[in-house]
Amino acid sequence: MAQASYPDELLYHPEHDWARIDAADPALATLGITWYAQDALGEVVFFDPPAVGTTLAKDASYAEVESVKAVSDVIAPLSGEIVEVNEALSENPAMINEDPYGEGWLVKVRLSEPSERDSLMDAAAYRATLAG
Amino acid sequence: MPLTLRRTALFDRHVAAGAKMVDFAGWEMPVQYEGVRQEHMAVRNSCGIFDVSHMGEIETSGPQALELLQRLLSNDVSQIPVGGAQYSVLCREDGGVLDDLFTYRLGIERYLTVTNASNHERDLEWFQAHAADFPEAQVSDGIDDWAMLAVQGPLARERVQAISDWPLPPRMSVGRRRLAGADVLVCGTGYTGEEGVELLCDPAAAPALWDEIVRRGAMPAGLGARDTLRLEVCFHLYGNDLSVERGPIEAGLGWCCKEDTRFIGAEAVRAVRAAGPAEKLVAFEIDGPGIARQGNQIVGGGVVTSGTLSPSLGRGIGMAYVPAARAATGTRLEIDVRGKMRPAVIKDKPLYRKGS
Repeated sequence: MAQASYPDELLYHPEHDWARIDAADPALATLGITWYAQDALGEVVFFDPPAVGTTLAKDASYAEVESVKAVSDVIAPLSGEIVEVNEALSENPAMINEDPYGEGWLVKVRLSEPSERDSLMDAAAYRATLAG
Repeated sequence: MPLTLRRTALFDRHVAAGAKMVDFAGWEMPVQYEGVRQEHMAVRNSCGIFDVSHMGEIETSGPQALELLQRLLSNDVSQIPVGGAQYSVLCREDGGVLDDLFTYRLGIERYLTVTNASNHERDLEWFQAHAADFPEAQVSDGIDDWAMLAVQGPLARERVQAISDWPLPPRMSVGRRRLAGADVLVCGTGYTGEEGVELLCDPAAAPALWDEIVRRGAMPAGLGARDTLRLEVCFHLYGNDLSVERGPIEAGLGWCCKEDTRFIGAEAVRAVRAAGPAEKLVAFEIDGPGIARQGNQIVGGGVVTSGTLSPSLGRGIGMAYVPAARAATGTRLEIDVRGKMRPAVIKDKPLYRKGS
């Protein structure tokens, strides 16, 4: 997607990651990287997914995305355990650029500390950090 | 690091084209416009244009210009005809590589040497210090006199020929031409493994020249694509594959070292050539997923000096120094890529060949 966008229904981490809390199950979240992050990286050519069952610690790196030029850590916005990874990204990592909030999602996580979400930003607050 | 980054004459063009600008050796340079892969493929399949004005120039002239250059440069400078070009390295006494450079012979007693941006000041001081022994050689800094554009790709010469007043110089030659009204030194060189030319001109003339070549179908390409292009054909990048820590023989650049010219470092180079280097710079391909990067260690000894994803080959490639005993083509390596062991295979250079 060519234009910056930060959907209102998501929560944001300052390291340019987003979390979507499942509407039916508040202890389940989908994670990904923001439009800003994918734009800064350039075309993503490799995503090395962590294994299902891996434990995530909030604010720690849990995966790597690589563009032609550089590798970048992906930071967990919330703590939990990975229950699903986006296998389609192995074949087509550029989905992270094309649809960072949709087809370019990275992992789904069973949250261990659902209250951590209170520390994340809403879209307006995240946009404000980018404007600075 | 300088407080402010230097900008080339084409800075406004890059910004207007939406380039991502980065600090490269103290210059604010475009790393990419539309995307590294797209720019890379444009150079492989048609034509791309790079702003390489951050590269430095040193002019050496006078009756002792040849003698001075013969002392400094590893290659046999006496073999460059007027209008010719030559690649060489600049060595310290111990053989450590200070820079790798192209030298163009512009006149009987006039040479232009193009330096890497990161080394320009050091090279210039080195040239000037040694010029003291050659009173009839003059060394001058040309970095502010020249803008430099590289037009590269199978259609590059055609695109530039269309605006030239005279046939372009062939490969490894240099000549003055009028291009779209501007006075330009046209060099039949490049660093992408493709046909093409490098254009040196007055910085004031560079924006109009850039616009004209872009208008004729050259895609602006950034330093990102320049890096993937050069690595696919195993051209060295100073600071990655070359440094004062290693000599030209280790780097596989013995072909451009002519020890009989007695250049600075010749004896050290001769000794390594005779004894055989302890390490060799090899090219490798990752076998499977993953991309090795500069600094990744090789299990059992060795280090990656350049690594990227090859847009042409679709897999991780790179160059690494490995112990000479384990440097043969076909040798399997294990590279520690941030804690994950990635299998790789040593391949013949270049990694990419036209039509492969």
